[in-house]
Amino acid sequence: MRYFTDEHEWIDVAGDVATVGITDYAQGQLGDIVFVELPAVGTTVEKGKDAAVVESVKAASDVYAPIDGEVTETNGALEDDPALVNTAPEGEGWFFKMTIADAGQLEGLMDEAAYKDFVASL
Amino acid sequence: MNAPNKSGWKPEMTLAEDGMHSGPATTTGNRALMLEEPLLFEIGRADVTGVDLPAVDANAPTRLGGLARSEAIGLVGLTEPETVRHYTRLSRQNYGIDLGFFPLGSCTMKHNPRLNEKVARLPGFADIHPLAPQNSVQGALEVVAQLGEWLCKLTGMPGVAMSPKAGAHGELCGILAIRAAHEARGDAREVVLVPESAHGTNPATAAFANYRVEDIPATPEGRVDVAALKARLGPDVAAVMITNPNTCGLFEKDFREIADAVHAAGGYVYCDGANFNAIVGKVRPGDLGVDAMHINLHKTFSTPHGGGGPGSGPVVFSEALAPFAPLPFVRQDAEGTFYLVEEENREERGPSFGRMTAFHGQMGMFTRALTYMLSHGADGLKQVAEDAVLNANYILRSMEDILHAPFAASGPCMHEALFGDKDFTGGLSTLDVAKGLIDEGYHPMTVYFPLVVHGAMLVEPTETESKAAIDQFITAFRAVVERALAGDEELKQAPYYAPRRRLDETQAARKPVLSWQKPDD
Amino acid sequence: MRYLPLTDTDRAAMLEKIGAGSVDELFVDVPEVARLDGPIRGLPMHASEMAVERHMKSLAAKNLVAGDVPFFLGAGAYRHHVPASVDTIIQRGEFLTAYTPYQPEIAQGTLQMLFEFQTQVARLYGCAVANASLYDGSTACWEAVAMATRVTRRKRAVLSGALHPHYAEVVKTMAKFTGDTIADAMPAITPEPDLGGLIARIDDDTACVVVQYPDILGRISDLTPVAEAAHAKGALLVVVNTEPVALGAIKSPGEMGADIVVGEGQSLGVGLQFGGPYLGLFAVRDPKHVRQMPGRLCGETTDAEGKRGFVLTLSTREQHIRREKATSNICTNSGLCALAFSVHMTLLGERGLRELAAENHRLACLAAERLAKVPGVEVLNNAFFNEFTLMLGGKPARAIVRDLADRGVLGGVSLGRLYPGVEALEHALLVAVTETTTEEDIEVLARELEASIKESAQ
Repeated sequence: MRYFTDEHEWIDVAGDVATVGITDYAQGQLGDIVFVELPAVGTTVEKGKDAAVVESVKAASDVYAPIDGEVTETNGALEDDPALVNTAPEGEGWFFKMTIADAGQLEGLMDEAAYKDFVASL
Repeated sequence: MNAPNKSGWKPEMTLAEDGMHSGPATTTGNRALMLEEPLLFEIGRADVTGVDLPAVDANAPTRLGGLARSEAIGLVGLTEPETVRHYTRLSRQNYGIDLGFFPLGSCTMKHNPRLNEKVARLPGFADIHPLAPQNSVQGALEVVAQLGEWLCKLTGMPGVAMSPKAGAHGELCGILAIRAAHEARGDAREVVLVPESAHGTNPATAAFANYRVEDIPATPEGRVDVAALKARLGPDVAAVMITNPNTCGLFEKDFREIADAVHAAGGYVYCDGANFNAIVGKVRPGDLGVDAMHINLHKTFSTPHGGGGPGSGPVVFSEALAPFAPLPFVRQDAEGTFYLVEEENREERGPSFGRMTAFHGQMGMFTRALTYMLSHGADGLKQVAEDAVLNANYILRSMEDILHAPFAASGPCMHEALFGDKDFTGGLSTLDVAKGLIDEGYHPMTVYFPLVVHGAMLVEPTETESKAAIDQFITAFRAVVERALAGDEELKQAPYYAPRRRLDETQAARKPVLSWQKPDD
Repeated sequence: MRYLPLTDTDRAAMLEKIGAGSVDELFVDVPEVARLDGPIRGLPMHASEMAVERHMKSLAAKNLVAGDVPFFLGAGAYRHHVPASVDTIIQRGEFLTAYTPYQPEIAQGTLQMLFEFQTQVARLYGCAVANASLYDGSTACWEAVAMATRVTRRKRAVLSGALHPHYAEVVKTMAKFTGDTIADAMPAITPEPDLGGLIARIDDDTACVVVQYPDILGRISDLTPVAEAAHAKGALLVVVNTEPVALGAIKSPGEMGADIVVGEGQSLGVGLQFGGPYLGLFAVRDPKHVRQMPGRLCGETTDAEGKRGFVLTLSTREQHIRREKATSNICTNSGLCALAFSVHMTLLGERGLRELAAENHRLACLAAERLAKVPGVEVLNNAFFNEFTLMLGGKPARAIVRDLADRGVLGGVSLGRLYPGVEALEHALLVAVTETTTEEDIEVLARELEASIKESAQ
């Protein structure tokens, strides 16, 4: 099941692990991504707080954690090829995997259809 | 309108007729006076030098403690003729004020008088050591003192710190003095208010000093929202940082009222002096209630920008903050002897917050700035501000009929005119206008700053341009803007005639190559 | 006014276009209380080029010029011969009157020069990447400490006692405001630096250890053990160098395991200038640390036609984009000084720098040998490059230095000036020797020092 935030992150839930990235809409707004600063494995992240930074040539944007949890894995491929965020934002360009501290927090997020409407309204 | 160019070239000529752009490729890649130049490391050799020194005697006794270098450093050398040619060729790929009009907003690219350069190179200034016994450098200390006095009188402020090395360093100096002053009375305040139109250094500086930065909104007229600012003041606000004239090119007319309110709430007023050129000799910031303001000697007082420094950023202080200024400072004793107050002068240093740099500041810039001030005098500096403001308003009123000028109705601008990209069509942007101006022979204005205006273009002509030069610029600027309004696709590829076409910044940032490596390394 | 091209006719025509009756109408937004009725009082009126030059020359004439007398001052600023072509090149208007290269298509001259400069500095320091320069050595030293705290996420820096005391003061001043802890110390007056003592002060909370090389007393020693000890505790080694010419003769800091190398570049191309503008050098050994570096970086790329070109890059670290999250609030570098350094380094090349370093060391060895023969004087250092410490047998060095100046010799920097109030250091004199020093100068210093000591005894 994939959820979306109004800050344009997506979170994919499979069992007790979630994968986080930014949406196609977000990458389009940012332009060519040149660098992604990922959290260290083991970092505790908090819903709505900074978890990663994504940089284009002229801008640096914070990426917020969609829910509380602990980072278990990061996408090493982004280190060599940050352009993956542009070419496959909702696939190979994922940012990090994390535990789900409170599944209840997922309920406040949008599903794909709701996010599509949200983007259309911007 | 007059033809913009009297040299013989006519604007109605096509590209092919002008003979510049078309024509066969050359073997060298050079195009007459436009010469390509390889990297130093591609032409230099390890065993070549342009300096005659005794050969190394491998048998000479040394006292290097067994640390003599065994590995090659990896440097290369050129003889003097090769060196001069290398850098002369590089220089010709640069745009400078000496070459043409350079209306870079908020940077004050005015003519750099050559007397200043001559004076700075007098051995009595250039060839003296910062730690020379003070009895042997009285003239140098006097320069620091005289320049400080000029700055105090021009700003109507009683104290000055001369050591900060550049504008941002001066800003830091001012904010650190503010923190020190609050702490000295046990008042731990946490917040610095910064208008949203401020330069990025302001919040970066406040954050460095461990302050939390809060934005103050702007009014639709492009000034600080006084009501919102007053509402936010309180016991947690240490200072406000305001640029005046502001980054929209407007004078903050309620500055005195803001300052009084900030003082009543126990805070201090930091004024970013980046735009002092608009008011120098005309308005004294001290009369507006400023507590600290840095002065960019490389802007208002015309020390050269040098391709990005060195700058110099002395800070003037109010009575309240002056005692907290950093070391060292210059004083004069009863006999008229100048001396430095440093760490050792325990009683005299008072509550100074410490030291910002190893020595006494940018002496080479002090001599240039003082020379500039003496040349202009109080009357000339007043004329500087008036002409700078006149030139900017002339550009504003010559462009506003075709180019969006968001604050044109707010009254006269100060020394710079601000425009936006509102009516451009066909996906053309401010960047395209900037690059189009390069082809017209101009350095572009500041673009995308301030952030409060979409596609901002900030034009600062300065006072050292003739009316003819400004008229020609207006003609060119209007022509390029017309192309952007018409959605001219060709403009998206500009510049066509610069030493390089648009450069790929994405590639540079994704795979940074920051030093030269041998191709086969 | 010779710098103002507008005529009164121009002004009138422009005011008409603007629709203003007078220039003062353009200043209508200035509050009444701050309006002046004429030029600011208490300042002179404009003056001719000749008159201004005369005034400035009279001030310059009150200073004792280093090149006119036997000269031995160092302690972070060194007098070297700068080839004539350096000044000619930096005075070209295209370099002198250019701005920061934000429009790269018309700033390739500055950008290519910076790329070459970064390469020269990185190689000199034995590092992977150098930036486009900072204000000066002392501020670069603080920036290195700040960077180490970002990289390690620790907040304690250990300073060697033999770090230039003004550099230590800058670091301590800045740390007061950022909340970092600085563990500093006084220099031990010993022939060798006390590296064991330094290593003992590194703990698990240490972000970095900062060591000067050659140190403030001119001593040099292998810093590899300090690097190993720091790395074992997860800390970084910051090496500070105030005399780049030394690195033409001795091992680079990078070779010894330094993680961040910073320094003052004034020795090459810049000149003494009473302390500024100078040139802050900053480099890192591990390219992974690049994104934590402060200051501008120039990088290689290609243009739309595929030609090689250069741009400022990784600028998302900087204040104009990152605002309060920037790595530093610095906006500028020391561009023209970087150019002077780079031109001088190009003229020297590998061979010239090594010869220059050898000549400095040869003369310094001669001076140390000769000065050690002055009764009551001892050379402290076992090893040195071009600067060493003289112990004056209980004589106050500050008074001796002033007396030597009256005798027309600028004899060195007294440690008493650098460490006011520290009794143990009052009798030490720091003497620097460069290629500009003649054997005759050394003889004069030895003679006058002997006389000065003798007289101070009476």
